[in-house]
Amino acid sequence: MGREITNTTSNQKPQSEMSYTVEQLVAVNPYNPDILPDLENYVNEQVSSQTYSLNANLCLLRLYQFEPERMSTQIVARILIKALMAMPAPDFSLCLFLIPERVQMEEQFKTLIVLSHYLETARFRQFWDEAAKSRHILEVVPGFEQAVQAYAIHVLSITYQKVPRSVLAEAINIEGLALDKFIEHHVTNSGWAIEKNQSKGQLILLPRNEFNSPELKKSSADGIPLEHITRILPILG
Amino acid sequence: MAGAALYDSEQSAHGDAASGYDPNYVPDSVKSFVVHMYRHIREKNVYEIHQMYETSFQSISDRFFKDTPWPSVEAVAPYVDNDHVFCLLYREMWYRHLYARHSPTLKQRIDSWDNYCNLFQVVLHGVVNMQLPNQWLWDMVDEFVYQFQSFCQYRAKMKSKTEQEIALLRQPDQAWNVYGVLNYLQALVEKSMIIQILEQEKEGLEQFTATDGYDYNGGSNVLKVLGYFSMIGLLRVHCLLGDYHTGLKCILPIDISQQGVYTSVIGSHITTVYHYGFANLMLRRYAEAIREFNKILLYIFKTKQYHQKSPQYEQILKKNEQMYALLAVSLSLCPQVKLVDETVNSQLREKYGEKMLRMQRYDDDAFALYDELFSYACPKFITPSAPSYEEPLVNYNQDAYRLQLKLFLYEVKQQQLLSGIRTFLNVYSTISIVKLASYMEVDEHTLRTILMTYKHKMHSVDADGKIVSNSDINFYIDDDMVHVMESKAAKRHGDYFLRQIVKLEGIITDIDRVKLE
Repeated sequence: MGREITNTTSNQKPQSEMSYTVEQLVAVNPYNPDILPDLENYVNEQVSSQTYSLNANLCLLRLYQFEPERMSTQIVARILIKALMAMPAPDFSLCLFLIPERVQMEEQFKTLIVLSHYLETARFRQFWDEAAKSRHILEVVPGFEQAVQAYAIHVLSITYQKVPRSVLAEAINIEGLALDKFIEHHVTNSGWAIEKNQSKGQLILLPRNEFNSPELKKSSADGIPLEHITRILPILG
Repeated sequence: MAGAALYDSEQSAHGDAASGYDPNYVPDSVKSFVVHMYRHIREKNVYEIHQMYETSFQSISDRFFKDTPWPSVEAVAPYVDNDHVFCLLYREMWYRHLYARHSPTLKQRIDSWDNYCNLFQVVLHGVVNMQLPNQWLWDMVDEFVYQFQSFCQYRAKMKSKTEQEIALLRQPDQAWNVYGVLNYLQALVEKSMIIQILEQEKEGLEQFTATDGYDYNGGSNVLKVLGYFSMIGLLRVHCLLGDYHTGLKCILPIDISQQGVYTSVIGSHITTVYHYGFANLMLRRYAEAIREFNKILLYIFKTKQYHQKSPQYEQILKKNEQMYALLAVSLSLCPQVKLVDETVNSQLREKYGEKMLRMQRYDDDAFALYDELFSYACPKFITPSAPSYEEPLVNYNQDAYRLQLKLFLYEVKQQQLLSGIRTFLNVYSTISIVKLASYMEVDEHTLRTILMTYKHKMHSVDADGKIVSNSDINFYIDDDMVHVMESKAAKRHGDYFLRQIVKLEGIITDIDRVKLE
């Protein structure tokens, strides 16, 4: 359980000790234009150190929204790529909500919006084709491919119990020997299994979770949150 | 409206002969109103203050000040010992009344901003020992945000500005600056220590919710409750800016699934849930949006009659209708009808039944309906930055709304094939990919993407980063077979017993109180 979640975030580690101060800065000054340069530097730091902070990035987009003349489209592009890497979380839309329409008309943003559209509708083949054509925009941000692969695996994991090898290959854009190694790695580390199917080739068994095996779903209705119990504590006591 | 145009700010101090308004004339009823209000405030008689605030102010407004503002603060000050704080409160009401009945001039907008600054400064830094009704404190925060929104809308309509207005707008002025607005609300939250108070209350170290925020130990409730309502003010401002994530973060300290001080005033209750639900809808947390809309719509349905005479009644009805529209949208995207109460559901069918059927088709007509319902029910989005004052002057007051609408419809478009899939998944327990693809009139490959899209769109990420299912249908794919699970309605036994225990305890306490002679 929760495998796909850790996978998604594994490529973007939580903030390191160093960045703690920027997080603090945002917490104490959520509406202070003076921290704008710090936040811009922080975006670059997130790119180079493969970390991610939605809160800090939204705070920066907010400051851009208040003072459009200070906006750096290069930084905005980086924020959006990082947001794509955070899927399945809706961060990409959260960022777009704050970026003026005329800015979104720029070529590089249009490309990112198309990429997001393909990911949102699970059209991975189109996504990888388009991403290959836009390498110049994406290669600035290390870990992009792995993050999208993690998202693809997340979607497969909530949908499939057994997924045909070809479907997996297309979703993560890996084939042949590299795919064998990839699967092998997950067999060892993530509880995958391989089943031979005579007619069509390999089937990959994905670990059961409450989303692809509804019977595993813990009936949350049966549990009672502690706060509700506390209401009757004085009575019981 | 005519009165507003005549009542030009430049002459406000001297009155205007044409409108018959003399700001220095204080009718007896106003004299008596301020004298009594002043006395009740000094005596901390919350009950009487509330009566005068809710009832007398309205009736005097209706009788004497239908078309004109109230007398100027300078004219009433002598009756209240020129009390500085009372005068700030009076002016706050004075501007609120003006905004409600006329369209304020730019000068008046700026003056009202100054008054809020002075008032909040006193609360933040001075020693306020008043006890004011929650209703009034809520109205202050609510009006403050409303006037900010109104200012942004006003400023964005550049085409109709006179040269004087533009000259005044260009002056470097802090009035209704977005940083100022957010920082005042934030300062009230921080200075009031409300977040810590709510934390401590959970551990039983502090009482806030139990006394509805009032202080019965001789202290003042003003800063605490203003701080509390400012969290809701921040939620609203962030929603107006399209920053739903940050908005929801601002009200995290308030547990929306429970009653609280926010439910003690109907306006605050509705504003909170409306924005909370809307933000969740935009974040694709459909089940959460549906649950909260359902709860408040049921509450309004049951209590509407008690608010008929309230000055907020019209506003209540309007938000009620808007939330039905948002519920219709949420349920069209995520048909979790079992989350909706029977009463609310029948109201919904009556209002939107036919439209909801059409929205399922996802053709041009359906998109037009999504557009219509969203536009009708969404917050009045604002552009917070100042315009370019260079020619040609353009109106940009619709820009923010158009962007949010466009992005929302984009989301709807991404989900357009899901409703077709639902129809089939609802009637099969197993079906092969090939067969389902032929029913859907797509190829196998496309069908697999649609099924994955369904899964992705019906799962959201909650505030802690956990994946949460909003799915109305549970299925999984095994190679090339789709297996659909029957969803059973969950029964909430635990909750039922808890409520009965509390109820029984209440009855026993009541019985104990009855002394046998």
